[in-house]
Amino acid sequence: MHLVCQISDRSPMIELNVNGKVRDYDVDPSMPLLWFLRDVANLTGTKYGCGIALCGACTVHLDGQAVRSCVTPVAAAVGRKVTTVEGVVDDGIGRAVQAAWQKLDVVQCGYCQSGQIMSAAALLRTNTQPSDAAIDAAMSGNVCRCAAYVRIRAAIHEAAATLGG
Amino acid sequence: MTESAGEILIVNESRRRFLQGMGGLALGIYTGAALADQGQAALRAASEEPRVIHFEPNAFVRVGSDNTVTVVSKHLEMGQGTYTGLATLLAEELDADWGQVRVEGAPADVTRYKNSLLGLQGTGGSTAMANSFDQMRRAGAVARAMLVAAAAHEWRVPAESITVDSGWLYAKGHKASFGQLAVKAARQPVPQEVALKDPKDFKLIGQSKLHRKDHIDKTNGTALFTQDYKLPEMLVAVVMHPRRFGSVPKAINSVRARAVANVVEVVQFSGYKTARFSGVAVLAKNSWAARCGRDALEIDWDESQAFKLGSAEILAQYKDMAGREGLVARKEGAAAAAFAATRVRLIEAEYELPYLAHAPMEPMNCLVRLGDGRCEIWNGEQLQTADQAAIAALLNIPAKNVLLHQLYAGGSFGRRANPSADYLLEAVSIARAAWDKGVRVPIKLMWTREEDTRGGYYRPASYHRAKLALDGDGKLIAWQHRVVTQSIIKGTAFESFAIKDGIDGLSVEGIADMAYEVPNLRVELSTPDNIGVPVLSWRSVGHSANAFVSEGLVDEAAAVAGRDPYRYRRDMLTKAPRLKRVLDVVASKARWEEPLKPGSPGERRGRGIAVHEAFNTYVAQVAEVTVKSNGGFKVDRVVCAVDCGLAINPDVIVAQMQGGIGFGLAAALHGAITLRGGVVDQSNFHEYIPMRIDEMPSVEVHIEPSAEKPTGVGEVGVPPIAPAVVNALYSATGRRIRTLPIARQLTRSAG
Amino acid sequence: MRIRRVALTALCALSVAGAAFVTYALLTVGDGRESNAPQPAVAGAPASITDPLMRGEYLARAADCIACHTIPGQMPFSGGVAFRMPFGTIYSSNITADRETGIGAWNDDEFVRALHAGVGRSGEPLYPAFPYTSYTALSRNDILAIKAYLFSVPVAHVPAKQNKLAFPFNQRWGLSLWNALFLRKERFRSVQGKSDAWNRGAYLATALGHCNECHTPRNRFYALEHDREFAGEVLQGWKAYNITSDETYGVGSWTGQQLSDYLGKGHASGRGTASGPMGEVVENSLQYLTQDDIKALVTYLRDVKPQIGERGSELNDRPPRALASTADTPGADEMGHGDLGLQLFERGCAGCHLWNGGGRQNEAARLLGAPAVNDPDADNLTQVVLQGSHLQTAHNEGFMPSFGGAYSDAELAALGNFVLEHFGGKQGKLTAEVVAKRRTP
Repeated sequence: MHLVCQISDRSPMIELNVNGKVRDYDVDPSMPLLWFLRDVANLTGTKYGCGIALCGACTVHLDGQAVRSCVTPVAAAVGRKVTTVEGVVDDGIGRAVQAAWQKLDVVQCGYCQSGQIMSAAALLRTNTQPSDAAIDAAMSGNVCRCAAYVRIRAAIHEAAATLGG
Repeated sequence: MTESAGEILIVNESRRRFLQGMGGLALGIYTGAALADQGQAALRAASEEPRVIHFEPNAFVRVGSDNTVTVVSKHLEMGQGTYTGLATLLAEELDADWGQVRVEGAPADVTRYKNSLLGLQGTGGSTAMANSFDQMRRAGAVARAMLVAAAAHEWRVPAESITVDSGWLYAKGHKASFGQLAVKAARQPVPQEVALKDPKDFKLIGQSKLHRKDHIDKTNGTALFTQDYKLPEMLVAVVMHPRRFGSVPKAINSVRARAVANVVEVVQFSGYKTARFSGVAVLAKNSWAARCGRDALEIDWDESQAFKLGSAEILAQYKDMAGREGLVARKEGAAAAAFAATRVRLIEAEYELPYLAHAPMEPMNCLVRLGDGRCEIWNGEQLQTADQAAIAALLNIPAKNVLLHQLYAGGSFGRRANPSADYLLEAVSIARAAWDKGVRVPIKLMWTREEDTRGGYYRPASYHRAKLALDGDGKLIAWQHRVVTQSIIKGTAFESFAIKDGIDGLSVEGIADMAYEVPNLRVELSTPDNIGVPVLSWRSVGHSANAFVSEGLVDEAAAVAGRDPYRYRRDMLTKAPRLKRVLDVVASKARWEEPLKPGSPGERRGRGIAVHEAFNTYVAQVAEVTVKSNGGFKVDRVVCAVDCGLAINPDVIVAQMQGGIGFGLAAALHGAITLRGGVVDQSNFHEYIPMRIDEMPSVEVHIEPSAEKPTGVGEVGVPPIAPAVVNALYSATGRRIRTLPIARQLTRSAG
Repeated sequence: MRIRRVALTALCALSVAGAAFVTYALLTVGDGRESNAPQPAVAGAPASITDPLMRGEYLARAADCIACHTIPGQMPFSGGVAFRMPFGTIYSSNITADRETGIGAWNDDEFVRALHAGVGRSGEPLYPAFPYTSYTALSRNDILAIKAYLFSVPVAHVPAKQNKLAFPFNQRWGLSLWNALFLRKERFRSVQGKSDAWNRGAYLATALGHCNECHTPRNRFYALEHDREFAGEVLQGWKAYNITSDETYGVGSWTGQQLSDYLGKGHASGRGTASGPMGEVVENSLQYLTQDDIKALVTYLRDVKPQIGERGSELNDRPPRALASTADTPGADEMGHGDLGLQLFERGCAGCHLWNGGGRQNEAARLLGAPAVNDPDADNLTQVVLQGSHLQTAHNEGFMPSFGGAYSDAELAALGNFVLEHFGGKQGKLTAEVVAKRRTP
């Protein structure tokens, strides 16, 4: 089973806010946000892992909420603020998460880590001192085949400590 | 090699032996523009950037006049830390500052970048650090010597009076950075002999605080994987594969596919010699259009030659084959006679392991740019020499005209190192078919997750039939073991290296070479030749399955003997001191001989142990589990002890043990590729279930201090975890599990 | 002696009556009654559609012929769909105009009679999986418009599949008895005192759309219980919910907007997404109805006599656990207990379904207020998790993968019970055995 492709016949220019920059794009509104980001906006930090919202590699923020961009059509992003890993450091939470990831050398192959960072930043926005169970609940949608999970968890605690003290 | 516009390379080709007599100096100057590729790697116009001159004393390092040190890594960085490790070795002897070091992948050139342990250019077998240890140190020392010589010449001081520290050279009244001396260093003779540091003087090697070299770009979205790399005019190719291995397209209707906006062409690619992948590719200007076009293809397949068996038939066949004698892979003593002795207790067991997909987070992909008589590839390249040869053969061009650019790989676990070069040949076939139709642009082949899961080249399924005998004291005196599994090497170019007397050593590693002293041992291998499921090495190769079986069987023997599993193993490792040592360390750190903390009411807790050697590295693990009343369980904690010789990057070693444990646990809990009628059941992560953070135990790693030569850690964390967990579950529940994956076996019977 | 005589007489009388009844049933089975009744004002296709074939197409969509007569991927209307009934499996027929395997040789009267009386071309009774018990209310004109449309679609030469019925259910003549007892051969007549919209809605619901056939409970003879109209029924593993106007157990609490969105688009904000057979109804049928016709359906539905449902299935769109959750995590009390259902949810479900009940990327994934999570029997919840769900209309696309392949019955039971508790505040009763049975409903 897979998401069925729909490509419209006409493609008017669409205005989108990506990482704080607002501009018009020539893109089919039914194209998933993931492929728009990677192929049209040339922001390749957000990754394709499964295409059916089961791995989290494509996670971006829409108005601060973590979403799986592989199943989010561009149309759903109109009028909302899209944040990708390239822009997550525009706020203090994103900066703290990235810093913690770097401090603890979380990454191995790194392919899933953009999505991990985005999900972690979204979690910390609403839960400043997440318990291990809360980390499980919020982060189990992000698969890491290198199993860097021990350090992902530690980095979230580290970022929380930096933010909350 | 690639350079940005504005860089000039000064090359000393003096590593070549034939210049030895001339004092080894050759000078070549390349201007950047001639070699610049217009890729997506950030380029700045020549006018914006000052010209940087590089001094390149050998194939492994360039020192720039901008004070950067570029380490050229012949090994792929797929998460296991090679870029960091190789850079550490070189930077140590160079006395560079860690912060000034960057790493890039090496081009395909087996004359300079051969993996000396594999005999070709490639990454695998956990050999990167082992085969590079001397080489990279020497490379760094050579560069250092030339910088020192340059300073000595410049300052008119003796070389011995110069000290080098963190990228700076000092002498009385003088100091200069690497960058300042780069050009002058290039004019120095290349020394043929260099002294390497005494380990007690190491500053970087062995240091835990060293950050990885890829920890910045992989956390800010700038790291480039094959998935990300773009070239001007590039098209994306998404393929339709058959459901069954060995099918070919009979009739293709591409009308609807071509009608999708931004689809440019549809091409058929033929399978190469094995004809495993014939199919059709849709080429489009962007990924989504290619995917939509592919979904609109209508193909009738000719399945007359396709493989049509299912997992049930394969297992039945394997069981049947295990009833007959196989080829003897190891023989000590006389097992048959030992079984017949009086007062022995026998254990007869059957173990089954499924096919496993690699399932890296980055599905298979490959970027191809064909030219006249040449082919350029950008890829998370893992087996350069084999890939180069295969592509050259397909295109009928010289191998040296196949240029391979090594990018990061988003995981591989062995998948990208395919002697058959399947996905590369597929990409090249597509590009050539497009070329013939007048579409002469770079083509990026992009598999979807479904293609990747169904695309074959799995860790082989295996069936084991074992018979063990214990004497009156419970000592293991005989072990007869039949393994039935496909060979991953047969039929490939490497067949003659790995198959001796008909036995693929990779099929029996971990059992045939077991370190336990069992006086009567007989290991036989039967290899089927009719199973058309493509197979390949998967992280830790034969050990991945065989350690599960051998460490499970030893545990079963300990239980029958009424002995503690740790002590029971220990008693049989008298001739394997390093293995015994890690076993002792893990038992001590896990407090094996103290009672296990009980769980909450209704919960049962258990602890299991396993020890294994693979690729010359020794690992022991203890797993603790909690089993709930409904049969669900959690692996709470794993303690791991590892002896990998000299620890170059302790933090990377810890991460690789954690990751290897997680990877092996994922497979043990959930991993299974099954087939029915030759069709793979699993397509995406709702069917090939990955392990997630909520199933990951805490992991403590203890690195055994050692001065032995360093050996690899990328794989060896994997084999012991499945048996350690299964042994722990046995200790908690009394139930012995001999089939993987575990997960549903316990919950199935629960309420 | 006298007792024997009385008993014998009674037996004779019964036999005579029985024989008379059987004779009557057999004789009248092919009689459609009043097949030439005048066209009701509220019948037909909307006036805005003038072309006869397009009117026929509209009516065929409203009657949703295609769903039962087309195997996915095969030629439309070529038949062969399996219906697993309690008494065996029967297959739908090819209703394209193929003369040999379809209805190409049928004349108008034969086709009308099929829908009005439930008999085939030779007068043989049809199995009531074909909803002639509802189609009997259709006007002759509408039936013939549908026939003309069917005769215009590509012809498929597909022979019928053999039904798999055990004795006595394979005795078609027995159906004539069933028809005599349970089939009311009456054409639709507008109800006085109700608005045109109500009557149009009644025609759409009870005749064309035959909603009763799924949503009305059946008795042990597999006949509709007309005194419990639209009170809900389970068919082939899916529960067609109570759609009466009861506010607690039916759709009485739904706003007009929610009702028309659900029908016309397949998703009602705060009330869930059509899945399984109802999803197909929206895709194949309802999404093509005009706005006015949807409004008419809503008008009618809002007036359906309320019927009480099963205790414990009251709609609760403010369940405490979902309300205590954020988008990304459940409440603190719920976490950390190692609940298997919760763990499965956080792995495979939270990617699309937020902990607080919203849809992460798509409103179609909103679980709060959905009937599926409020039904402790969890028929539909089980099926959706087993099979996945894919709704594709002009307005909406929702896609959910199937999880039946890799997850065990016990796991899915645990997951279902968690979802019921967390999103519906309901005590789930799922067990591994129940899930196992539902894999082949």
